[in-house]
Amino acid sequence: MLGRTASSLYWMSRYMERAENMARLLEVGYRISLMPGAVEGHRDEWRSTLQSAACDFAYDRKHNEITGAKVIQFLIFDEDNPSSIRASIKTARNNGRAVRTALTRDVWESINTTWNELAQVKPSSMTADRLPVFLEWVKQRVMSFRGALLGTMLRNDTYYFSQVGNFLERADNTARILDVKYFILLPKPTDVGSDLDMQQWAQILRSVSAHRSYRWFYRDSKYRPWMISEFLILKEEMPRSLVFSYYWINMALDGLANLYGKRYGCHDLAQDTYQRLKTGNMDDIFQSGLHEFLQDFVSRNARLSASIGMNYNFP
Amino acid sequence: MAAIFNEMEGKGGAVREPYARIEEWLRTLSPRDVERALKEAEAIFRRQGITFAVYGDNQASERLIPFDIIPRIFAASEWRKLSAGIEQRVRALNAFIHDLYHRQEILRAGRIPSELIIQNEAFVPEMVGVMAARGIYAHIIGIDIVRVAENEFYVLEDNCRTPSGVSYMLEDREAMMYLFPELFAQQRICPVENYPAMLRQTLESVAPPACKGEPTAVILTPGIHNSAFFEHAFLADEMGVELCEGNDLFVSDGYLYMRTTQEPKRVDVVYRRIDDAFLDPLTFRPDSAIGVPGIFDLYRAGRVTLVNAPGTGIADDKSIYTYIPDVIEFYTGEKPLLKNVPTWRCGDPKQLAYVLDHLPELVVKEVHGSGGYGMLVGPTSSKKDIEDFRARLKARPGNYIAQPTLALSSVPTFTRSGVAPRHVDLRPFVLSGDKVRITPGGLTRVALKKGSLVVNSSQGGGTKDTWVLED
Repeated sequence: MLGRTASSLYWMSRYMERAENMARLLEVGYRISLMPGAVEGHRDEWRSTLQSAACDFAYDRKHNEITGAKVIQFLIFDEDNPSSIRASIKTARNNGRAVRTALTRDVWESINTTWNELAQVKPSSMTADRLPVFLEWVKQRVMSFRGALLGTMLRNDTYYFSQVGNFLERADNTARILDVKYFILLPKPTDVGSDLDMQQWAQILRSVSAHRSYRWFYRDSKYRPWMISEFLILKEEMPRSLVFSYYWINMALDGLANLYGKRYGCHDLAQDTYQRLKTGNMDDIFQSGLHEFLQDFVSRNARLSASIGMNYNFP
Repeated sequence: MAAIFNEMEGKGGAVREPYARIEEWLRTLSPRDVERALKEAEAIFRRQGITFAVYGDNQASERLIPFDIIPRIFAASEWRKLSAGIEQRVRALNAFIHDLYHRQEILRAGRIPSELIIQNEAFVPEMVGVMAARGIYAHIIGIDIVRVAENEFYVLEDNCRTPSGVSYMLEDREAMMYLFPELFAQQRICPVENYPAMLRQTLESVAPPACKGEPTAVILTPGIHNSAFFEHAFLADEMGVELCEGNDLFVSDGYLYMRTTQEPKRVDVVYRRIDDAFLDPLTFRPDSAIGVPGIFDLYRAGRVTLVNAPGTGIADDKSIYTYIPDVIEFYTGEKPLLKNVPTWRCGDPKQLAYVLDHLPELVVKEVHGSGGYGMLVGPTSSKKDIEDFRARLKARPGNYIAQPTLALSSVPTFTRSGVAPRHVDLRPFVLSGDKVRITPGGLTRVALKKGSLVVNSSQGGGTKDTWVLED
């Protein structure tokens, strides 16, 4: 396989995943903005949405005030923002187009249809009442893409590179959301372990579609910061947790190592991160600081991405 | 202009044999069936991303080429005649290119003026003395053919560089089989689907002498922003070969390699879809960022085969076109089976005088132009257009040739106001390697505007599935 093909598959999957995550973040932001009594924290909520999406600097460069409408435009349609839903799907599709030969027809048509339909949506039509339907559509389209990928692709290097991209993006996303939201919601370290405003905490879980599974898993009616963090970092049962993502990253990288008969630096790096997560516990993480832990994780994740690119000759 | 030959109705309104069933079928179609089929066809093409880019058109940077659901049909006997003429022509064209870059016998024999070749921009001096595998230079040729009567076909032009459109030929057939399977059950229509397999065989058959084992072929594309990118990806996929951009390939130790996720892999045959000028910055344009530095030296050394070879454009240059009947006789010793369109060379003062006197009835083309740009179609042009063109023609007469306005045959086509005849041409795709392979049929392009004779997709033309019936 060409190094460029591998790179395109990787980025195609990363950007599709990013589009879905962005849709989730926007759903949460939108929900909060509807809540009674949230007027005060309204602007803060959109700010935290921007931060979770790692789009706050880019937004500030372009706009000098935060309004719901502007944030929504920026995160959905603005092509100057490389992480907007539109830009993400466009990048994913361009990458997919460049490697059409490596994709099954189902995968390509799924991604192409998504782009064609998205291109028809006018930014001016995105009024608040239409937002939920649109965001639901985005999630559905990404799921259709993933379903086509899982259901039709051969389990060879094509599949492995797509999987690595998918889960690297997911891990990055979960770590950022937790970091940003936690930081905002919990300014005082002494609050760890106490019960907090349920509505506010529910949104972290909602951002990763885990508010129900959390309750099933912990059989607890309260949202506890300690457990939420554990759920999103250390629980292999939770499909957007860091440890889950790294399990799949390692599966895919091992697949490549078996296929090619060669291991590289990226394998050691990914395995090391996975072992830390697998054997980690929340006491230690809180002891040394959750924020520091997540920052370290995000930078390790970025290092892994660079290392995969080097090891497999991405252009 | 003579009467237009309608391929379905023929003379006197009796339905011609090859169209008998289609004519019946058309009468059973309700407007709603048609609307549904056209919509479905568009959705299929759109979903699969079968698009082409129009340069300078930002609004619709990816467009669909309109597809018409009424097929264009040839009887087996018609096709046998055509394909014999096509094969003769491509064999002569390859012999001609080989000769021009070697002993130039045809120039010595005085059949073509030397300066027309040597001073031609399409003549690539770097190719002189290059011995191509099997002596083939133009492995893939598209020959544009028009019909004006029952038994009268003309070659409008040869495309010896990188003819495009074959993916439409294949996808049009797929769409027809999907939309109207019953038509294919009712009669025997020659399949076209083995074109990619034949292309791969052709590429492998011209592997360079240095290649000992199984040859590896790739397609070289300028990238996703090229207007024909869809076709590049489509063919790579159908053939099962890698689709490379320039920076995926590199020269090392006298061989060509591609960068892979593992060890570099040797490449023997490159079906390149980038122009000569951009192929190799070390030999041709130094500012090319899409080529492969050093690839041309490898080609000269017999380490890699370029498909088509650089410099094949000399054989399809419009100023050479008028000599092709001589070319065929010279190399095959036979009379040409397919005729050229009578052509005036405007560089010749006598012929120019005739052309200037008859502009409203002629088609005047730029010698080096392509894609239907920079041409005058006399009968459909305004007085002002004609006078503007006259000035340009007078300023650089050597830059133009002129032809009578041919009454291109027409085929029934769906239009906004129902079924109506529209003019068509035909581009069969011909492969030359260990042997000449011709896919039955080819790409039929149709001028969708009433009365228009310009079928180019960049000028609003569409396509039709092209059938060759089996005996």
